[in-house]
Amino acid sequence: MRLRVLAALAALSLGALTACGSGSGTSASASLRIMAPAAPGGGWDQTSRTAEQAFKSSEPQRKVEVFNVPGAGGTIGLAQLAGEKGNGNLLMTMGLVMVGAIEQNKSKVTLAETTPIAKLTEEYELVVVPAESPFKSVADLVAAWKADPAKVSISGGSAGGTDHIVAGLMAKAAGVDPKQVNYIAHSGGGEALNELLGNKVSAGISGVAEFAEHVKSGKLRALGVTSGERVPGLDAPTLKEAGLAVELANWRGFVAPGGLSDADKKALTDAVTKMHDAQPWQDAVAKNGWIDSFQTGQEFADFLAAEQERVKGIIAEMGLVS
Amino acid sequence: MTSLQLLLDGFAAALTPVNLMYALIGVTLGTLVGVLPGIGPAMTVALLLPITFTVPPASAFIMFAGIYYGGMYGGSTTSILLNTPGESASMITALEGNKMARRGRAAQALATAAIGSFVAGTIATALLVVAAPAVVEVAIAFGPEDYFALAVLAFTAVSSVLSRSVVRGLASLGLGLAIGLIGIDQQTGQARLTLGIPQLLDGIDVVIVAVGLFALGEALYVASRLRHAAPEVAPVGRAWMGRADWRRSWRPWLRGTALGFPFGALPGGGAEIPTFLSYAAERRLARGVAREEYGKGAIEGVAGPEAANNASAAGTLVPLLTLGLPTSATAAILLAAFQQYGLQPGPQLFDHNPALVWAMIASLFIGNTMLLVLNLPMAPLWARVLRVPRPYLYAGIVLFAALGVYALNGSVVDLFVLYVLGLLGFAMRRFGLPVAPAVIGMILGPMAEIQLRRALAIGAGDVSVLVRSPIAAVLLVLSALALLAPLVRKLLARRGRAAAPAREE
Repeated sequence: MRLRVLAALAALSLGALTACGSGSGTSASASLRIMAPAAPGGGWDQTSRTAEQAFKSSEPQRKVEVFNVPGAGGTIGLAQLAGEKGNGNLLMTMGLVMVGAIEQNKSKVTLAETTPIAKLTEEYELVVVPAESPFKSVADLVAAWKADPAKVSISGGSAGGTDHIVAGLMAKAAGVDPKQVNYIAHSGGGEALNELLGNKVSAGISGVAEFAEHVKSGKLRALGVTSGERVPGLDAPTLKEAGLAVELANWRGFVAPGGLSDADKKALTDAVTKMHDAQPWQDAVAKNGWIDSFQTGQEFADFLAAEQERVKGIIAEMGLVS
Repeated sequence: MTSLQLLLDGFAAALTPVNLMYALIGVTLGTLVGVLPGIGPAMTVALLLPITFTVPPASAFIMFAGIYYGGMYGGSTTSILLNTPGESASMITALEGNKMARRGRAAQALATAAIGSFVAGTIATALLVVAAPAVVEVAIAFGPEDYFALAVLAFTAVSSVLSRSVVRGLASLGLGLAIGLIGIDQQTGQARLTLGIPQLLDGIDVVIVAVGLFALGEALYVASRLRHAAPEVAPVGRAWMGRADWRRSWRPWLRGTALGFPFGALPGGGAEIPTFLSYAAERRLARGVAREEYGKGAIEGVAGPEAANNASAAGTLVPLLTLGLPTSATAAILLAAFQQYGLQPGPQLFDHNPALVWAMIASLFIGNTMLLVLNLPMAPLWARVLRVPRPYLYAGIVLFAALGVYALNGSVVDLFVLYVLGLLGFAMRRFGLPVAPAVIGMILGPMAEIQLRRALAIGAGDVSVLVRSPIAAVLLVLSALALLAPLVRKLLARRGRAAAPAREE
């Protein structure tokens, strides 16, 4: 049947093309698999595939493969990872969004069943308003917010995601009940951008990269950034300077399955450290505007624990966990 | 004049042998993944993203654009031949297209789809060159209340496909709306109808619903009938479009293009709604033979929607290139590809990287021509697939449906959902419920809901926001007219009859 032949051809050519430039040799050590717990194309997928390229340069003899397990803010992938207990050749890309999704989806598996390996990157969040907006500063926004929270609509990514968490933390810092935040959730920052450019909402929150171009062209006005220090090349104060004690980074990193031997944990940490130092990774960090926030071992484990505590608190205060 | 000069430079860049090869690979791959249900252009481009590490940008975008357009072509083939939409945007094509195929007019249906896609793609790409800035202004002006009104209009327009029995049509629509509710509610983040199954938290993919209800339901139904009667063999008719087919196709092609392009440019428009509207419009406008044939395989019902979905693919590139706004899954991944090269689509892209942008636009024209050349001679060949004995053909469909759906997420739960929906589709056919309204409900329902709630949230609960925007008001008035027109016509006809005798007195 012709259909069948065509399908086989499609599979073959897809395979051939994706294999392009991989140049994998026979390996002495076991092959490493990286799980991107999201569909192809998103942030975790991009991080995983960039890491794959960097691994190929730091350990050319080792076979590295990325696979996608999409769904439910990464918690489907997390559950799968938990089933691989003791597997020292598997990494999962994850980040702040997963911490929130675990709480929100009441996931049975939590990060306690994983082995933290490394934090890789951070991206800061930017609070913007449309160019036509009467709000010139965070103080203006907060004043309107305090007067009537319902009238201040804030557009951003998915409910319970990083953007929403920033909105909740800002409200809390401003003395507004986080439950009262009128947050307009979207499936992604791009969709939220449209409402901002069309001047339909009061404000928007998303990653710096998402808005930077439009701030430069003057279509959006940046009110504040969630970093500790000002971001070079971006004409915006930090939220702290503007009077709201909110500091948050949308971080990404790797965890491995739980129950790892110390030797396996060390081997994975060493491999990831070598990958991080490799040129392709450094190039990608510069190109994508990521902030290199490499962290391993106990330092990362402590950071992870603190983030879980903070996210759990604000998600409950925003009334996102029923 | 400068645009034209730049476009010619673009052609010069795109017409190198290497780039032509990338364009050919792109359109071929695109057609293939379009044919397979489940695997769409978005996923294909995403899987090919790593080539951005090795291939120069112009070549990569030429290939990606080929995949995008090719997917829109390929999706129609299985819709027409096997009543199995490869993409959700070609679902409407199955309605008339498959009926045509059963009457032995498969080759004509495929040809009108291919030529319509070419015409639409070419005109829409030309519009992209000249009208992008103007179109994008309008697109940005659309707010949630306008999208809500748009969904209402689409609902009323497609009520004509609700089958003869309104009750059955509404029952099917209700099923679709219920399926659309499954998953995490986007506004509040709460799970709905997921039965505690984590894999259902993201909702059920529309492709699974379309494949389950259309393809699997159909295969099961045919299987259940096989032993009752020898299946009627679809007659193999003429190979090419006759003069009458051309005469009946060209206007739907143009109208489909006119609907598809602006909808593609709308950040929340999607490729499906223009196909619904085109189908409904062609049905309203049908006269004579076409009117009788509608519902039994009218060529207009294939020509219009196919032009519309291809034009919307070109429309999608308007906000992507001019603003960096992705308006479809594929566009979002194309955006990621731009970023891989350190390029940020947006107002500056045309100024900073004119060579790349114009090479890509030129390659769209080339890719379109390639697709026509590839697909048109294939039409009579493809039509022969219908002569494959039924048991083999439908076993093949079931296999490919399962394969495609599994490829979507690599999830076994998806396969279970597919089979449950297949049984549902079988039951619906058995009891005379049309399946199209269910899929339409599933696409439009969530969109209408989320936009309505966004509009109300932004308006702080004030209902009048829904009509305060002029765009929304116009769209709602159009919807009301679409609903009331048949009633008014009936009323006028009655009064006319009453008035006629009065004049005779």
